Amino acid sequence: MFMDTSSEKPIYIQLAEWMMDAVLSGAFPEESQVPSTTEISVNYRINPATALKGVNVLVDEAILYKKRGLGMFVSSGAKSRILAKRRKDFFDSYITALIAEANKLGIGQRDVIAMIERGYVK
Amino acid sequence: MNQIEIKGITKIFGETIALRNVTIGIAENRIYGLLGRNGAGKTTLLNLMTNKLFPTAGEILIDGQNVQENDQALSRVYCMAETNLYPENMKCRAAFDWSREFYPKFDRNYADQLAILFGLDTTKKIRSLSTGYQSIFKMIIALACQAEILLLDEPVLGLDANHRDLFYRELLSNYSDNPKTIVISTHLIEEAADLLEEVIILKEGEVLLVDHVENLLSRGYTLSGTSALVESYIKDKHVLAVESFGGLKTAYLLDDQKREGLQPGLEITKLDLQKMFIHLTNA
Repeated sequence: MFMDTSSEKPIYIQLAEWMMDAVLSGAFPEESQVPSTTEISVNYRINPATALKGVNVLVDEAILYKKRGLGMFVSSGAKSRILAKRRKDFFDSYITALIAEANKLGIGQRDVIAMIERGYVK
Repeated sequence: MNQIEIKGITKIFGETIALRNVTIGIAENRIYGLLGRNGAGKTTLLNLMTNKLFPTAGEILIDGQNVQENDQALSRVYCMAETNLYPENMKCRAAFDWSREFYPKFDRNYADQLAILFGLDTTKKIRSLSTGYQSIFKMIIALACQAEILLLDEPVLGLDANHRDLFYRELLSNYSDNPKTIVISTHLIEEAADLLEEVIILKEGEVLLVDHVENLLSRGYTLSGTSALVESYIKDKHVLAVESFGGLKTAYLLDDQKREGLQPGLEITKLDLQKMFIHLTNA
């Protein structure tokens, strides 16, 4: 289940992220077919227009492509494109949030860095 | 162009104004949620749309044709209502056959499949069905009748969680295979929210809001933090409600402004459709 009903992110974005995770994990290999918008809509109980919007985000980013009359497929090279994008987002999604939380708790820069290093040792 | 035009509808019952100057356009092949508290006028509006009631003022058009005394326009609409329109002694099976008289495209095979799926014994008389199965029986006719416009008034009334889930999936599958205009009136907003593309909210007989669900959700948010910070943030914003708890405040906002430059100590979380509805209709 990709949906987090408490998330502030719109459902179509959550859907797109879930499908990208599935491509990264290998659940949807490159050049394989992904579920149709109808299947997504019925399975996750979301409006088909929402499902289509989520899928179209991935078509726009060349992660999925349409084969006429057959359905949607994962593009070759999709995995490396997702990785590049996720790496670019890593700072904003994780580091910024980490520093904000550390500041709230009064944990200094040096302690945060030490904790990260400890995390790697484990 | 809208498929259904509700134009300046007022409906008065004796001393009660059930609907007051209601104007709504309903676009073709979308799923609408018709929301409102008890007595807001939802059922009255659906009954007016199917000519079961006559408006005191105003008119309702389907593809430009007035629905009043217009069998041709009405044959395109199926309204699943709380009241049972079939003779109570009739068996479900016979009611399926009878439905074909009104809806020539009624898909009997599909109706039988749905009956098996939901465990409806079609040899039973309508009268002998439980509340839940009365709903299931009517819902099967709604799905199988192939009408271009489905009006569903509390379709999941009395259904258990499993049957409700099954119903939502069947509705979406039916809609994907044969796109149609669907208006669902429900109190179970949380469950139905993700099915809807558009939402209409009625309050005390008037239209409070008509919007795309996604657009509405993107405008709403919950802000929480210490009282002073929350108070200063919400000064110039559209606030639906504020709740205090000790030295903390939670504000529910509906606002197009960008939420930038949030001070530490303030937190923004989602405002879902149900909570938004509660605060909109309480206000």
